[in-house]
Amino acid sequence: MNTIWHLVLNGISSGAVYAALGLSLVIIYRATRVVNFAQPALALISAYLAYATTKATGSYWLGFAVALLAGTLLGVLVERLLIRRVSRRSELSSIIVTLGLLLVLQAVAGMIWSNEPHAFGYAFDFRGRFSATDLFAVSAVLVTAAGVLLLFKFTPLGLRMRAAAFRPEVAKMLGVRVGLMLTAGWGLAALVGSLAGMLAIPPFISPNVLDKVFVFALTAAVLGGLDNPVGTIVGGFALGIGLSCISGLVGPELVPLAALAVLVLVLAVRPSGLFGRTIARRV
Amino acid sequence: MLEIDAVTTTYGAVRALDEVTIGVDEGSITAVLGANGAGKTTLLRTISGLVRPRSGRITAFGRDITRTPTDEIARGGLAHVPEGGGVITELTVEENLRLGALWRRDRADRAAALREVHELFPPLAERGDRAASTLSGGERQMLAIGRALMSRPRLLLLDEPSLGLAPLVTERIMHVLRDLRSRTGLTVVLVEQNARSALSISDRGFVLALGRVVASDDAGTLLADDQLRHAYLGF
Repeated sequence: MNTIWHLVLNGISSGAVYAALGLSLVIIYRATRVVNFAQPALALISAYLAYATTKATGSYWLGFAVALLAGTLLGVLVERLLIRRVSRRSELSSIIVTLGLLLVLQAVAGMIWSNEPHAFGYAFDFRGRFSATDLFAVSAVLVTAAGVLLLFKFTPLGLRMRAAAFRPEVAKMLGVRVGLMLTAGWGLAALVGSLAGMLAIPPFISPNVLDKVFVFALTAAVLGGLDNPVGTIVGGFALGIGLSCISGLVGPELVPLAALAVLVLVLAVRPSGLFGRTIARRV
Repeated sequence: MLEIDAVTTTYGAVRALDEVTIGVDEGSITAVLGANGAGKTTLLRTISGLVRPRSGRITAFGRDITRTPTDEIARGGLAHVPEGGGVITELTVEENLRLGALWRRDRADRAAALREVHELFPPLAERGDRAASTLSGGERQMLAIGRALMSRPRLLLLDEPSLGLAPLVTERIMHVLRDLRSRTGLTVVLVEQNARSALSISDRGFVLALGRVVASDDAGTLLADDQLRHAYLGF
């Protein structure tokens, strides 16, 4: 019983990261039908900037702030400079561009900071069961997710963003600057993604450190419904707990296989996600 | 108010609009009539910048808007209710309405506009929190028109507001339009297949066929022209 409890707690803290990174995918997917494969690379670059800042100043939190700021800015730039140019052709072109960007940014990170892992600090004490760091990860993700959902639901900006996502042409006819809303969405998504990166990366940073986490986050988003923010957050935590239990009870070598099985099963049986159409439309 | 001067719009090799010239006076209701595929919807989409004309010029409120982006045209005071209404079904009724006025700075005036629309269409007030997907066809059309009015437009483009609606609902919508025009001086361009009910509230009418203007006159004259009615308007 004690073991299960331990595994669940572990799963909650890794699930928080999948939820946040998954949410960053959903924000963009819902508005553009594009899965942003460059998301882990944006988070990676912003985390390396945090690493450099912390190394230079000795302050973890200054690095943390730099990561979130740089992440947001990167998202905005990617949308403005790359995605906007290719998105008129087809969604597939945008997806290919994000894939290419992933490879380029990982390579650039390797060129600047080398492919060797560097020590990357935790926010708080990480020792013991459900440590201060775990608590921080879960609460930071919950607060951020709540913030994003409240922004969408209750602010004029959120209403504009949803209108631009659901019916871009109608939104334009109602005076919404749809292009600006897309840029804002990329910025917001990259902000959430950078937070996920800062939580997922320790103890070591290297160019491929987020690859596995990204696969789990994508699985969480598919599980919850790629256009359903609430579903994805729930999906992230559920996947975190599930994978942690499989790792502890069956064996850690089965974790990637289990995630893949979940992905295939959901896509085969309920392609719109476990939480179905009706919720996806209401959110 | 609105001048469409020799506008040609093409889709590939098809000329959806062919040198169309139409003038709309301030405070008037203008009907644009014609069969399916005559170019009526393309005309409205060209005016509000959703499709770009190949040639010609469009002036509204004394400004050339031929190349102006759609959202900027909307913020200039032109509201376009597309075919089917364009209600965003994922949002609630009230969110749809608020969206119509979001670009206007005056918060108090936005609240006043919401009250006015609620008075004009009471069913929308009762169903504010419901998802717009739960509305009936008539209610959706009311929501679409109400949302357009939220921005206090000077010029309202309506694409087939009577499509798929019961005659009584159509009559009510036509009544609201005529009433709005006489109270607020709103200028309306009304695209309709239902020529009789459109002409009954209009000052002038234009008849399109295969992208060209084939007739234009006072609404009463068009209604009385038997030959034209049989050839183009189907009643």
